[in-house]
Amino acid sequence: MPERPFTNASFNKFLNEGRLMGSKCKSCGAIYVPPRPLCPACHSEEMEWVEMKGRGKLVAYTAIHIGPKIMIEEGYDREHPYCAGIVELEEGPRISARIVGVDASHPESINIGMPLTVEFLERGEGEEKRTFLAFRPE
Amino acid sequence: MALVGAGMSKFGSFPEKTSRDLFVEAFWEMEASVDKGLDPEVIEAIYVGNFSSDVFEGQVHTAPIMADWLGLIPRPATRVEDACASSGVALREGIIAIASGLYDVVLVGGVEKMTNLPTEEVTDTLAMAGDRLYEIPAGFTFPGFYAAMATAYMHKYGATPEHLMKVAIKNHANGALNPKAQFNRSIADIMTRKIAKAKAKGQPVPTWKDEWDFLHDESANPVIAWPLRLFDCSPITDGAACLLVVAAERAKEFTDDPIYIIGSGQASDYALHDRAELTSINSAKIAAQIAYEMAGVKPEDIKLAEVHDCFTIAEIIGTEDIGFFAPGEGYKAVDEGLTLRDGPKPVNTSGGLKAKGHPVGASGAAQVVEIWKQMRGEAGPRQVPGDIPLALTHNVGATGSTCVVHIFERR
Repeated sequence: MPERPFTNASFNKFLNEGRLMGSKCKSCGAIYVPPRPLCPACHSEEMEWVEMKGRGKLVAYTAIHIGPKIMIEEGYDREHPYCAGIVELEEGPRISARIVGVDASHPESINIGMPLTVEFLERGEGEEKRTFLAFRPE
Repeated sequence: MALVGAGMSKFGSFPEKTSRDLFVEAFWEMEASVDKGLDPEVIEAIYVGNFSSDVFEGQVHTAPIMADWLGLIPRPATRVEDACASSGVALREGIIAIASGLYDVVLVGGVEKMTNLPTEEVTDTLAMAGDRLYEIPAGFTFPGFYAAMATAYMHKYGATPEHLMKVAIKNHANGALNPKAQFNRSIADIMTRKIAKAKAKGQPVPTWKDEWDFLHDESANPVIAWPLRLFDCSPITDGAACLLVVAAERAKEFTDDPIYIIGSGQASDYALHDRAELTSINSAKIAAQIAYEMAGVKPEDIKLAEVHDCFTIAEIIGTEDIGFFAPGEGYKAVDEGLTLRDGPKPVNTSGGLKAKGHPVGASGAAQVVEIWKQMRGEAGPRQVPGDIPLALTHNVGATGSTCVVHIFERR
């Protein structure tokens, strides 16, 4: 596993490489996505990187019609809503993510508990490249 | 600790007023509420809840300015920021300062001037109270967070969007009786006025049969973040509130009818996605438990509460977290009318954040203003009948990453 600090910059760098990474406490075994430098459960500072398989299930969601600037810039608006959700990974941690491949205009069609697979949404190029975490129904 | 004065500015949209103007307005009402009069010179320190005058007004270091405008320089003036719980926490900081023995007389306030910015910039500013690194990139907004809690709650317990609408109908009905409220109209009244306006302008006249029809109409009540619609969301508001808190043994210098603060609890919580449970807010349950233990009372002893209804779902979850109803029973309680002003557990008689308005940094202190008026029998047409020996405020910051609960007693 690469030697990278357990920071947001490292997490984003991994996303750019198409990997969803977390940190695992060497002391109590708890897994954190996003990664953390110390374990909130046992206060240990001994962490190691672990890669998530990228599979999980939807635990909560919403179809957003009035979005923040970053989403408006991507073309979403009142008539074109998008779905944001909380995903519980197979490994246990929960993470906020965009939910793609669902019909946000018909939110009743989206189901809590539905199985999902990770997708890496790339925006911008070169130095400007930023990868956003997303999940899609299997 | 005793509350011996409380006041608030009018809540609403005031293009010609700044934070300090609103704060002075709240201070004047507080001053007038002190039965035996207030010589401002006796105030020893000031705590001001404020979320983001930084972004809203381009102004930081807000507290000394408020002290200056009230004539309280050179007293220590401290700004407290815990998102929408800022002034609830400011109250707790004032209580802690008095409990430390350092001060006997403390001014606690809250202020927010939000309407300078267009709605999308307010949305972005409020989202700063979420986790900027891991929640916001997913596209979450504040309505979005609470909407996600709502989908989890509806999925687990079978509640429907109509239960959420019932909270809005109730709080607007209360707000209609509160002259300080931003929306002091019932939803039926808002609907009737829209129809009249369309007629007067010669526009197509809407055919809503009743308020339910109105709330289901996408053009009148658009979805903001499904399942939350416009009328499920608290508005963007300018406003301020002020409280005078003193050591209990000095209360009678100010009034023969003080309201004692007998319980105070505060707790923190993770980002929303890191919580094991999305249908309740753990910080709220812990803050309430601490406050109940300190006060030596139980939820069933509390006559009425101001509950943080930044969104309709938040009130339902909040009434469960403070122990008024069991988990999953909050939406049924609304359905059965238990939280109506004349029900057994009145919630948000002020109109709540929903109708009274939600100037975020002022909301916690403004909740206490309602408790002060109700407990002393000064709430006018919205007065809850009978004695109110015990009441509670529940003030949430962001998605519940902060919650502060206070319990009040009239002896």
